[in-house]
Amino acid sequence: MKDLTLGMVIAVWEEMFGPALFWGMAGAAAVVTLLYLYVLIRDRRVSWRKFLLAQLAMPFGAAAAVGFVWRITHSGLRDVGGPVDVIVLMGVAAAGAVGAAVLVYTAQSLVRRPAAEE
Amino acid sequence: MTEADAAPAARRRFLGLAAAALAAAAAAPLEAQPVGTSARILILGAGAAGITAANQLARRVEGAAITLVDPRREHLYQPGLSLVATGLKPEGYVLSRTREWLPAGVTLVEEAVAAIDPEARRVTTDAGRALGYDFLIVALGLALDDDAIEGFSRDMIGTNGLGALYGGPQDAARTWAAVSAYAEKGGLAVFTRPATEMKCAGAPLKHCFLVDDIASRGAAGARREILYAANNKALFSVPIVSEKVRMLFETRRIGAVHDHVLKAIEPGRRIATFATPEGDVEIGYDYLHVIPPQRAPRPVRESGLSWADRWTDQGWVEVDPHSLRHRRYPEVFAVGDVAGVPKGKTAASVKWQVPVMVDHLVAALQGREGTARYDGYTSCPLITRVGRAMLVEFDYANNLAPSFPGVIAPLEELWISWLIKELALKPTYLAMLRGDA
Repeated sequence: MKDLTLGMVIAVWEEMFGPALFWGMAGAAAVVTLLYLYVLIRDRRVSWRKFLLAQLAMPFGAAAAVGFVWRITHSGLRDVGGPVDVIVLMGVAAAGAVGAAVLVYTAQSLVRRPAAEE
Repeated sequence: MTEADAAPAARRRFLGLAAAALAAAAAAPLEAQPVGTSARILILGAGAAGITAANQLARRVEGAAITLVDPRREHLYQPGLSLVATGLKPEGYVLSRTREWLPAGVTLVEEAVAAIDPEARRVTTDAGRALGYDFLIVALGLALDDDAIEGFSRDMIGTNGLGALYGGPQDAARTWAAVSAYAEKGGLAVFTRPATEMKCAGAPLKHCFLVDDIASRGAAGARREILYAANNKALFSVPIVSEKVRMLFETRRIGAVHDHVLKAIEPGRRIATFATPEGDVEIGYDYLHVIPPQRAPRPVRESGLSWADRWTDQGWVEVDPHSLRHRRYPEVFAVGDVAGVPKGKTAASVKWQVPVMVDHLVAALQGREGTARYDGYTSCPLITRVGRAMLVEFDYANNLAPSFPGVIAPLEELWISWLIKELALKPTYLAMLRGDA
């Protein structure tokens, strides 16, 4: 594609999910990220106990993300055909894993104040 | 504030501005000032090319009377028809409303073009309305010549093992009915392509590969035999791609015959007759995919705008292949399927043709020559089975023109190329219609 700009990519994403869902998802991701940063700054430390549970959520997040992409695209593991496919698959899994970890960590931190634990 | 404090602050301000400018530049690709004009610009056809042209022109000119002529209320996302015909997407996947895509200020005349008179610069509709123009953009697509296949009519699609996906979403859905019946029963499936220029020359191959894959997973399994009947000596017009397809056919045990042009069918007896250099050949089938010959729509063929010495049986508009401007009538342009250029009747061609055409038209409004040049780029996500495709991109010179060299190999069957076809192509297409991509 020539002249691939951020504006064009956003236009494509808007068409893919519909503007409402796309900006909703982008907004939700931004809110969770901001809340994650908020609890980190508020607590001024990483709670390793919460982090452990967050880590346990990572494989589930990875599997869910890969499963989601396979389901909506009528494809599966047998369709991986080259190195770039492995990279895409790992990227999808990594995004799911990190997303799940951040979500679980943030949710725990918001529910339980640091004073209440340990 | 000391001078030492001020410097970093100023630097920060500058960096901030630079970042903002970069973000703005990324978000809004260079948009030139609209050109003021009172010209009457007439666009014939509200398919991919016509609507994209209307949206791009509406942004580039101010004060022009832009009129779009097309009787169809529904707009078709035609690249999706292959997916509908193999049960991967529902009929509604390809349908939207024409009016949804029109920019403000463009007039839609919901009538069919009956005649084009380039000498008088006038277009007449079937309702008898006469429309004059200063600039004309012909984007009328193409017509399927069903009558050229003896014994074939569209109402037969979906019965007696007959498929034909080009006619629209209903035809594609009925093709899926025939394909799914074949996937259960098996037998010989025969895939054809016409001897004329055609819309998306990769589509017959995609359909062949998909049906083979679906049947291999269905009850037909090993009871299936697949035969691709090519109209000439190649499997694809780009030699390096043709060779790759030959290798894939060998691996999949898909048979191929050459110089076979479908001329007649007997649906009841399931026999297809092909014209070959050795005379007519009859082939019995369990599933047959018909693609009728394709020609410029009648009003174009009768307008005097067609090439006189090329494609004489098809009537594509005589344009310069690099500017899409008519070679005899400089105020006339043609984009999309109807353009008489050597390659590419695809949505990807439209995406690359329309900005070039608009550049030349806007330049003409300003009394200068346009500079943009179209080199025939087109692309075909050549599906090789459910879940994999090859992202084949090429130009007039049969060179491969990969968008992501070193990342997405054009001749490799990849999942990512399938993801592009399944996920990204329709949104890219719709963004193109709006003039955003």
